[in-house]
Amino acid sequence: MREVDYSRYEPVIGLEVHAQMLTKSKAYCSDAYDYGASANTDVSPISLGHPGTLPMHNVEVIRFAIKMGLACNCSITENQHYARKNYFYADLPKGYQITQDKTPICTGGHIELKFKDGKSKVINITRIHMEEDAGKSFHDQDVYDSLIDLNRAGVPLIEIVSEPDIRSGEEAHLYLSEIRKLLMYLDICDGNMEEGSMRCDANISVRLKGTEKFGTRVEVKNMNSFSNVKRAIDFEIKRQIDAIENAETISMETRTFDAIKGITISMRTKEGASDYRYFPEPDLPPIHISQSFIDEVQKQMPALPKDLYDKFTKQYGLNDYDASVLTDDKSTAIYFEEIIQHTTNVKSAANWLMVNVRSYLNDQALDLNQFALNPTQIAEIIQLIDEGKVSHSAASQKIFPEFIKQSDKTVLQIAQELNLLQESNTDELQKWIDVVLSKFPEKIIEYKNGKQNLLALFMGEVMKLSKGKADPKMASKMLKETLDKN
Amino acid sequence: MERFKSLSEIKNAFANGSTDLEKLVDFYLNRIEEKKHLNAFLEVWADEAKLSAKKIQQKINDGTAGKLAGMVIGIKDNICYKGHKVSASSKILSNFTSLYSATAVEKLLAEDAIIIGRLNCDEFAMGSSNENSAFGNVLNDVDNSRVPGGSSGGAAVAVQANLCLAALGSDTGGSVRQPAALTGTFGLKPTYGRISRWGLIAYASSFDIIGPITQSIEDSKLLLEVMAGKDEYDATSSSNKNIEYSKQVSENKKFRFAVIKEAIELDGINSEVKSATEDLIEQLKKDGHLVEMVSVPELSAMIPVYYTLTTAEASSNLSRFTGMHYGYRTKNGKDLESTIRKSRSEGFGAEVKRRIMLGTFVLSVGYYDAYYTKAQKVRRLVANRTAKIFEQYDFILSPTSPSTAFKIGEKSNDPMAMYLADIFCVHANIAGIPALSFPFANDSNNLPIGMQLMANHFEESKLLSMVENIRPIL
Repeated sequence: MREVDYSRYEPVIGLEVHAQMLTKSKAYCSDAYDYGASANTDVSPISLGHPGTLPMHNVEVIRFAIKMGLACNCSITENQHYARKNYFYADLPKGYQITQDKTPICTGGHIELKFKDGKSKVINITRIHMEEDAGKSFHDQDVYDSLIDLNRAGVPLIEIVSEPDIRSGEEAHLYLSEIRKLLMYLDICDGNMEEGSMRCDANISVRLKGTEKFGTRVEVKNMNSFSNVKRAIDFEIKRQIDAIENAETISMETRTFDAIKGITISMRTKEGASDYRYFPEPDLPPIHISQSFIDEVQKQMPALPKDLYDKFTKQYGLNDYDASVLTDDKSTAIYFEEIIQHTTNVKSAANWLMVNVRSYLNDQALDLNQFALNPTQIAEIIQLIDEGKVSHSAASQKIFPEFIKQSDKTVLQIAQELNLLQESNTDELQKWIDVVLSKFPEKIIEYKNGKQNLLALFMGEVMKLSKGKADPKMASKMLKETLDKN
Repeated sequence: MERFKSLSEIKNAFANGSTDLEKLVDFYLNRIEEKKHLNAFLEVWADEAKLSAKKIQQKINDGTAGKLAGMVIGIKDNICYKGHKVSASSKILSNFTSLYSATAVEKLLAEDAIIIGRLNCDEFAMGSSNENSAFGNVLNDVDNSRVPGGSSGGAAVAVQANLCLAALGSDTGGSVRQPAALTGTFGLKPTYGRISRWGLIAYASSFDIIGPITQSIEDSKLLLEVMAGKDEYDATSSSNKNIEYSKQVSENKKFRFAVIKEAIELDGINSEVKSATEDLIEQLKKDGHLVEMVSVPELSAMIPVYYTLTTAEASSNLSRFTGMHYGYRTKNGKDLESTIRKSRSEGFGAEVKRRIMLGTFVLSVGYYDAYYTKAQKVRRLVANRTAKIFEQYDFILSPTSPSTAFKIGEKSNDPMAMYLADIFCVHANIAGIPALSFPFANDSNNLPIGMQLMANHFEESKLLSMVENIRPIL
């Protein structure tokens, strides 16, 4: 078999990301929505599509969509309307979805991807529009019937459509992470791909490098995790290149990703594509977005990851790596900012958060918001170390785990209870030094004759004798002085 | 019992002790029974009405009753009333019970009206003769071989035959006014958005409006006043504050009337209807009003525009009836698609299917611009033309319908002829303006002839007050 040179080809990828909005109520009615609620309980005549019901405006969704648009550098459409997308399905109770067609709320933005090697790339955003979710169908829970849960019906979504600027599975993964980060910073979506509150479809084609014309586009759906997006796209790119190399034609179709087998499978061809018969939604008046409304939303915008990254590197002097890890998610960034309200040791704050706190949370599979210690308490630990009252290793290995268990106490209390407070009382230190030195008269002579590294031996003995409580800095200083006096 | 033509007559009778609310309800229940052959009511809530009568009579005695106490009213079978069946006269909603009440219904009940039952209509309000009901024709009480008009045929006949004092209909392209004209009753189509559509089963969302059918203008005013207003459940409802219609006094002002030239000259307008229109013009002129002919060249486009846009919206609005979640479901479904397909094929009647198919067609890729977009543009032209007319005139005058009540079956095989029955009515829905049909004369067969006045947006007060000054020639 002929060896395929995959590098001759260039993949062309565009992503459509659906994000469920964290509004208090559904898009066009006042039902609440909680993922995991009992089937068909978060419903009302509106979301059930009962005769005579009408959708209601949800200004919060408009505000959320504008926030995302501003975060993605989009233009906000001044005059817009909702549209109906008509199709029949059992989990779409009205027989149409309220969405936007010709007048999406945001158009023409971009976001910047930063690669590990320091390079960056701009991905253009075509549009962001508002729509409502459908219910869920379950085909595998009952032997005879498909089951429908309409809790999700009418939950507000925004759909973020990128230009076909993405060139690999890795770029897609990075783009998606960036989108998720923005959504979560803005507090408009919880970004959970496994629960489906963030979903992604990819349009993928390949072409020979240097050619202008796009290849035949295939849409891949059902990639319900970040890693699956990358896997599905990489698989699909290879599948398409192999097909071209084998002189097969690629048909325009929708494929689904089988995460277990790691392959994409044809769902339907686009030839019999549905005609959604879009038309303006007559039950909702057109929306006019004034500049003053946009200004108001702009004022409510939190600092975005890019802003915080700049602040962390320029103002706090953190390196690129630390700054990007700390701005990776909003709660970490906020937590960090709060720690350094209470300590000037910025680097130590970064390390505690990135190393100690993070590994604890990872071990326990917790989120930062479930963490027992507040930022002030982390700052207290740092302060205790900086004042020389405890050693760093005692703090991280013993005090920190105990503090988490007894977070109602002060860190000083914990250190006392564990008997880990370092002794910086000079009388006490001098006693230990004298005891140690009295044990090693020959070594003192060797030291005096120039064997300077024996100092470490003496220090070790002092620490041992003090059961780790001796303040190493102070002890070492006094040890030297004592030796010099002898 | 004498025939009461308005709530104030009933209140007087209560006051002088000649009757009370319980007797009145019994009277109407007996009338409904006597006139059962008209097929106006699909369901009568007799026990409930009697119970309400008792409670409200007590409130009347205590002086705590709402302003509609004494009003016995029927509602068209496309208006939702919590805990009661509503079917839009369709098999597809047979045995469907509403979980909530229309805002209009809530408002009537809050003022102590008694809702006595639901009224037959054309299926999903699609029709001009009430021959499209899944539950049978409604007969015109003047001549049982004739139609009552439609789609609110049951509502119009219930009022015509005095089975209740008033009724609620809905008007998408004349469905309140045309049957009112054919039954000699008053039918008001308010400004679009004046009354909430919440709980009105949608036919064409940007045209639909609930309207009262009454035996007097004063009841039209009263019912409009109670039902009008902004509703958070209907984003298209208007917040216009001018709703105290019953307080408006009839003024003797001189008005300017525009008569649409193309309407009077229309081929196929019944000669007696035409001469009645001329009589009305004479009367208005004699009373010192200005009446002039204006040209509305778009008249010939109104029916096509109306059917393009309403069927487009209907094709989408009626997509929810699939047999999946409620209503009729086929017994022959094998899978999702065949269940939906067969439930709809078996559940909808012929006219509804015709309109769904037409609407689906005009919204299809490749036809959308040629039909839907173009019709939207013409709708805009009609609205602009109408606004221009109202710069110079107070009212637009025409007959309500080109003919009087026609024979059952006469037009049922000719949809185009049937559609023309609404040619003068659809204008008000296309432009979103208020219009009223009032009984003005009878033809040589003693069939009622209705006249229509249209006014500018939210000028219902002026419209209703003007019609009070017109003297019918009966």
